[in-house]
Amino acid sequence: MDISNYIYLSAILFVIGAIGVVVRRNAIVVFMCVELMLNAANLAFVTFSRINGDLGGQIASFFTMVVAACEVVVGLAIIVTMYRSRRSASVDDASLLKR
Amino acid sequence: MTTRTDLVYLITLPLFSSAFLLLLGRIADKWGHFFATAISASTFGIGLYEFFAMRSRSGDSRAATQRIFEWISVGTFKVDASLLLDQLSICFVLLITGVGTLIHIYSIAYMSHDRDRRRFFAYLNLFVAAMLLLVLGDSYLNLYVGWEGVGLASYLLIGFWNERPAYATAAKKAFIANRVGDVGLSLAIMIAFTQFGSVTFAGVKDAAPHASSAALTALGAMLLLAAAGKSAQFPLQSWLGDAMAGPTPVSALIHAATMVTAGVYLITRSNFIFDASSTARLLVVIVGAITLLFGAIVGTAKDDIKKALAASTMSQIGYMILATGLGPVGYAFAIMHLLTHGFFKASMFLGAGSVMHGMNDEVNMRRYGGLGKVMPITAVTFGLGYLAIIGVPPFAGFYSKDKIIETALNAGGARGILLGGAALLGAAITAFYMTRVVVLTFTGKKRWADGTHPHESPSLMLIPIILLSVGSVASGFLLNKGNALVHWLAPVVNAAGAEGGKELLQPNVVSALALGVVVLGVLTAVLKYRGHVPVEAPAGSPLTRFARRDLGQDDFNHRVLVLPGQAITKSLVGMDFHFVDGIVRAVGWVLSYISVSLKKVQNGYVRSYALLMTVGAIALLATIWLVTL
Amino acid sequence: MLNMTLHVGSTHTPEAVLFWVMAPMAVLAALGMLLVKKAVHSALLLAWVMITLAIFYIAEDALFLGIVQVVVYTGAVMMLFLFILMLVGVDSSDSLVENIKGQRPASILAAVGLAGLLLSLIARAVTHVDSIGLTAANSNGNVQGIAQELFTRYVWAFEVVSALLITAALGAMVLAHSERKHASQRQLSVDRFRKGSLAQTAGLPASGVYARHNAVDVPALLPDGSSAPTSISPTLKERGDIIESAPFELAPSVEEEN
Repeated sequence: MDISNYIYLSAILFVIGAIGVVVRRNAIVVFMCVELMLNAANLAFVTFSRINGDLGGQIASFFTMVVAACEVVVGLAIIVTMYRSRRSASVDDASLLKR
Repeated sequence: MTTRTDLVYLITLPLFSSAFLLLLGRIADKWGHFFATAISASTFGIGLYEFFAMRSRSGDSRAATQRIFEWISVGTFKVDASLLLDQLSICFVLLITGVGTLIHIYSIAYMSHDRDRRRFFAYLNLFVAAMLLLVLGDSYLNLYVGWEGVGLASYLLIGFWNERPAYATAAKKAFIANRVGDVGLSLAIMIAFTQFGSVTFAGVKDAAPHASSAALTALGAMLLLAAAGKSAQFPLQSWLGDAMAGPTPVSALIHAATMVTAGVYLITRSNFIFDASSTARLLVVIVGAITLLFGAIVGTAKDDIKKALAASTMSQIGYMILATGLGPVGYAFAIMHLLTHGFFKASMFLGAGSVMHGMNDEVNMRRYGGLGKVMPITAVTFGLGYLAIIGVPPFAGFYSKDKIIETALNAGGARGILLGGAALLGAAITAFYMTRVVVLTFTGKKRWADGTHPHESPSLMLIPIILLSVGSVASGFLLNKGNALVHWLAPVVNAAGAEGGKELLQPNVVSALALGVVVLGVLTAVLKYRGHVPVEAPAGSPLTRFARRDLGQDDFNHRVLVLPGQAITKSLVGMDFHFVDGIVRAVGWVLSYISVSLKKVQNGYVRSYALLMTVGAIALLATIWLVTL
Repeated sequence: MLNMTLHVGSTHTPEAVLFWVMAPMAVLAALGMLLVKKAVHSALLLAWVMITLAIFYIAEDALFLGIVQVVVYTGAVMMLFLFILMLVGVDSSDSLVENIKGQRPASILAAVGLAGLLLSLIARAVTHVDSIGLTAANSNGNVQGIAQELFTRYVWAFEVVSALLITAALGAMVLAHSERKHASQRQLSVDRFRKGSLAQTAGLPASGVYARHNAVDVPALLPDGSSAPTSISPTLKERGDIIESAPFELAPSVEEEN
């Protein structure tokens, strides 16, 4: 098995995450798709670190995880605030910039 | 060729006087007319001075030139603003300034009740300046400047009382008909430049013998078109009758003596062209003959005294044009008739003005009658002019007109008989309608409207008429004495060696014939109008009705020119609106369509924006993919 | 653990088996996360993907990272997601009807395009790659190796990220905090008893409670015992026909009694 199979898998997961952002309407599910994208990137990092024999890829992956965690915290707080004021978690509600 | 330095004053004095009087406005109202008349008299003085100076010279040095400034110098096209005073131009200069000054004096009294008298005199001076420039220009282009100037002055003066829409329309009609002729002159100048490389008279004269006959014929035809426009010849004659809407001094000066003779001047000046192209010459005589008869027929049916005199002018100029088409000696006779006509027609117009002045500006001759007793001086002077125009010896018209008839008959062959016959017929009809005018106006029972008290005019009006009628009596004899005018003009028109032509009839026989038809016409008119003249014009025969409508000239112009012209204009407007503006509107429409379509992208949904970002990222990746191929 | 020297084009069979079993499951789970109606199901499927990825990290000799993935990501982050989902509504489900025109076909196209491009680019990039393997880097152990890198080469990024964590926590607190718009009932009662006299605690009597008369020319009493100036007609005032209401006001002793 090619080690590059991991990279392909990472690419596929990333694409699925990207399309999930575009297709789903629930804000939390959209957020989860973003997390999926970040995870796919992490997989790629780890694989590259293995290819290059350098732990730098894993460090990058580690930092990505930390940042993703912060992002989730703040993002979910925002979603909760949105939900409190609007009683709905749909992203389609924020459509005031219509033409 | 002598060089003189005072020729330019002939033009600048009246021109600046005109500008001066126009710019000063009401301040100059009290003395403007005197000032203008003085200026006109001083130009006559300069003209006389130049005339005597010219007579004292001889041969080639008789002609005088003055270069004022270099006007156009573009590549090979060089035209100077220069003046040429030769034997032909001096005749015109004396006529214009002399008759012009007399009419200035007349107008002081005639326009005394008019608030805008100063403006009138300014326009008269403008006209004198432009007409002098026309006859003094040494190239077709300089002549054109004067040509346009007299057109402008004519427009301003015909429409002088432009509060009345009909008068303003008459002025416009005159200008537009002139414009058609001006196109001819422009084309002639262009042909001259492209074919001969020069537009000066001398340059074209030198190049004419080597030019192609097609170019010469085209040039001649265009010059004839221009002359027809300015001199109210067929087919551009429709404006002259309506031009009588202007004040009578205007009709006398412009539409009898001077401006309408500009066409004759143009053809005479371009004699080398017409000498070289027999087709153009043929066109000239045809136009002259047709107009001669046209004017005469129309004149018999007009009840308006000024319109009758206008038709008479048209007919007499037809004689002049006919004469210019009859070979080198014909030019001299045309000029002779032009000069004598200037005297008697101006005096008759001024006399008509005097009659109108006494009759509360009534122009309908059916309302005149028996004025001979009340206005004796006017009647006598008018009568002298009448005798001159019908060609009774020893008055002026006899000499000039008979010479034309004679030359026409001597043209040879069928052409000679036709032209001579037309000229004789024209003489008969002229005698008829002029006698009609005289009988209706001055003799017979009074048919005056209530409240008119005809009286003789003031002396300021009578003196010019008297002086002009002296001219109508004596000028013919003096000009013809020893063929004076023919010899005077010979260097200009190459008349030398043209005397020996085959004579169809003896000159005396021709004179007798002419006198005979004149007597016939006079008797017919006297018999017809001696008795009762109805105040309301009777229905008359179909020919009479047709002649009253100017032989259908306005209807023809309307059908042939106005309606198609309007149709073309409408189609152009439509094309402009739909096509040209349509393109502009289409551009705007396309832009707005694009913007409306693009607007739909902004639907406010976050997800569609996210999709757009994804597509953008795909585009970037695709670029990288392509670049690293 | 596993023999890590790999060359391109070959892999050790155990890892291959692991990969080919877990990778399709991960892809299916991801797709499922995209397609299921209930949000809770999506969360659970995402958790499955993350666990799969943790297994892959461990298989690739990133031991620390694999455990951290399970603990932080699956354990903390996904649980956080589930808590919020429960807050928002566990039963909440998206309708699958798409209301933006053309969104679905466009997104499928985008998916295909993006996947195709990425895969072909990757294929072009990694065909001649030799995998070095992490045996040397992990010679002291994976955790030690990461610690070595983290606290020497990447210490500055480490400090910045910790500041970021603190900021994020603060931010979440600020966002989640909701200010009361009005005082609570408890606060209102406490304030009332802190006013001054007990008399004020009970509140003022309604108008007319202590009224002694009903005349036009005597002013009415306000709830606190003083006379109301606007209760008399101004005409009477002008004429001086008013009788002071002082005789009619409550005597102080009467007030104190109450």
